[in-house]
Amino acid sequence: MKEFAGSSGLVLNEPLLFDRGKRGRCGMSLPRRDVDHFPVDEELEGRGPDFPDLAETEVVRHYTRLSTWNFGVDTGMYPLGSCTMKYNPKTNEKQAALAGFAGAHPLLPEELSQGALKMMFELERFLAEITGMDAVSLQPAAGAQGELAGMLVFHAYHGSKGRRRSKIIVPDTAHGTNPASAALCGFSPVKVGSNDRGVLSVEAVAAAMDEDTAGIMVTNPNTLGFFEENIRGIVDIVHAKGGLVYADGANMNAVLGMVSMGDIGIDVLHLNLHKTFSTPHGGGGPGAGPLCVRKHLEPFLPTPRIVEEGGSYRLASDFPLSIGKLHAFHGNVGIMIRAYSYILSLGPELKRVSQLAVLNANYLKEKLKTILHLAYDRPCMHECVFSDKLQAPLKISTLDMVKRLIDYGFHPPTIYFPLVVPGAIMIEPTETECKEELDLFVEAFREIVKEAGENPELLHNAPWRPKVRRLDETSAARNPRLTCAGVINGERKS
Amino acid sequence: MKESSELVTPGDLRYTRDHEWARVEGDVIRIGVTDYAQDQLGDIVFVEVPKMGRKYAKGEECGALESVKAVAEVFMPVGGEIIAVNSALEGSPGLVNSAPYTDGWIAEVKPEDLSEMEGLMTPDAYLEMLRGLKE
Repeated sequence: MKEFAGSSGLVLNEPLLFDRGKRGRCGMSLPRRDVDHFPVDEELEGRGPDFPDLAETEVVRHYTRLSTWNFGVDTGMYPLGSCTMKYNPKTNEKQAALAGFAGAHPLLPEELSQGALKMMFELERFLAEITGMDAVSLQPAAGAQGELAGMLVFHAYHGSKGRRRSKIIVPDTAHGTNPASAALCGFSPVKVGSNDRGVLSVEAVAAAMDEDTAGIMVTNPNTLGFFEENIRGIVDIVHAKGGLVYADGANMNAVLGMVSMGDIGIDVLHLNLHKTFSTPHGGGGPGAGPLCVRKHLEPFLPTPRIVEEGGSYRLASDFPLSIGKLHAFHGNVGIMIRAYSYILSLGPELKRVSQLAVLNANYLKEKLKTILHLAYDRPCMHECVFSDKLQAPLKISTLDMVKRLIDYGFHPPTIYFPLVVPGAIMIEPTETECKEELDLFVEAFREIVKEAGENPELLHNAPWRPKVRRLDETSAARNPRLTCAGVINGERKS
Repeated sequence: MKESSELVTPGDLRYTRDHEWARVEGDVIRIGVTDYAQDQLGDIVFVEVPKMGRKYAKGEECGALESVKAVAEVFMPVGGEIIAVNSALEGSPGLVNSAPYTDGWIAEVKPEDLSEMEGLMTPDAYLEMLRGLKE
């Protein structure tokens, strides 16, 4: 048997900081006070939070130990389907830390922010060229905000033609956020099913499209990992009824340099810089979901926009049809620098990123389909979807198998999504995993499937090796406990 | 996950393709979701029941079930007005898992047209459809 990354290790325990420390202990020294004492307004006074008194070693070890409980793409393979957990090159961090960027302040005047504005302007041009679209706004802070911005553009576009439309077509293979974004903007999402090849048919869209429908949101490639091969026909039908076509670009990692979304008739597209362009996902931290549009929709983009005149850059808000401002200041600029660094590092090699991402997914698909049920047996793009159908008679579920995967040192793939495949296991290896790592992943799954037959309890109670064992997700959802034990409103209760 | 042979489908109910059940009780119809539906969803953690007093058409979305795996919509097996909802589900959504046909009922409907029941599936027809899904 091969040696797996997860097969050994020392997991250090670490209590809460509130359980550490001693009164009077201190990890820092403040400069001597050299101004007179001045009392603050009594109304502003009160008891501060009861923070523990800690030494520097205690604080450093605390967070270092906590970090070892974590699993990230720097730790190992993280094949979360549709999330594109690719490696984040360290050079991106270096560029973002350059003094001119790191020290920039959003309230500096334009003449002192030319470097940052130029970077943003050029990033917009790069993203437009990569997608085949005409104009870009970097403001949206995440994919879902990009989608919402796209829906606001739909609404503003129809409004400018003096009409209101109430519906949006969303296929069952779209990202889960799509119907939510449409609904948040006041549209009613209309679900359209994919066909037996896992893609949308022209006929299904034709049957749903009417003159009360603002357009369609297509995730392309879709969440089954297939390119929507009928997209041209679908675009024609939607356009013929006066609708617009939105493409969720979250899966762009499969088609960089190969598909021009503008040329196939897409009107609006969002990108996830934290997926396709190698910026950190950040545990719910800053992302970026730039919005790309064709020429006829440029007037509706969020403001302020970056304008270049004679080699200098300024922010302009004089766009009367704009949907307005979506984010404080200019969006998550630190993330933009990282994506800019990635694009400049790879240049035309970006096409190879997609080729390798697709190759890796197809390699895994072929290797795993002998042991797992493959939902649609046809060449895939950047991800492939299996299910627990072969293991179900053994009472082994998708959840059991992927929890066991943790013991082998891999992050579980996306599970139970897309909904069109019951018990889905959606695997996206990305281009940054080498063949040896993919082989190890296949080997781990092979072992797990063997264990499913020989020792099902091993899977039912997995994982065994990480710091935290199988969590009771049901109790956590039914009876959530939202306060830390012993600490209420920042104060310790014994 | 249950095998086809383990799934319970009481004989006095009628079934939809979307895995709801309906039972005639005098002049009202009680509705819920099937054993298959709860088994597929897994542990249910939240139930959005239909709105009291609201009229829904047959097949219209009237509620939702949220499990640890997914959110599934509930569709009206027959058209009509909601005259009662199972308020116990608010505190105990797991009733849909433990007793989908009894304590885990979802709502009671005053039907517009009782003959819509005839368009629903018999237990045998529903089981036949499930066997097709399991293949």
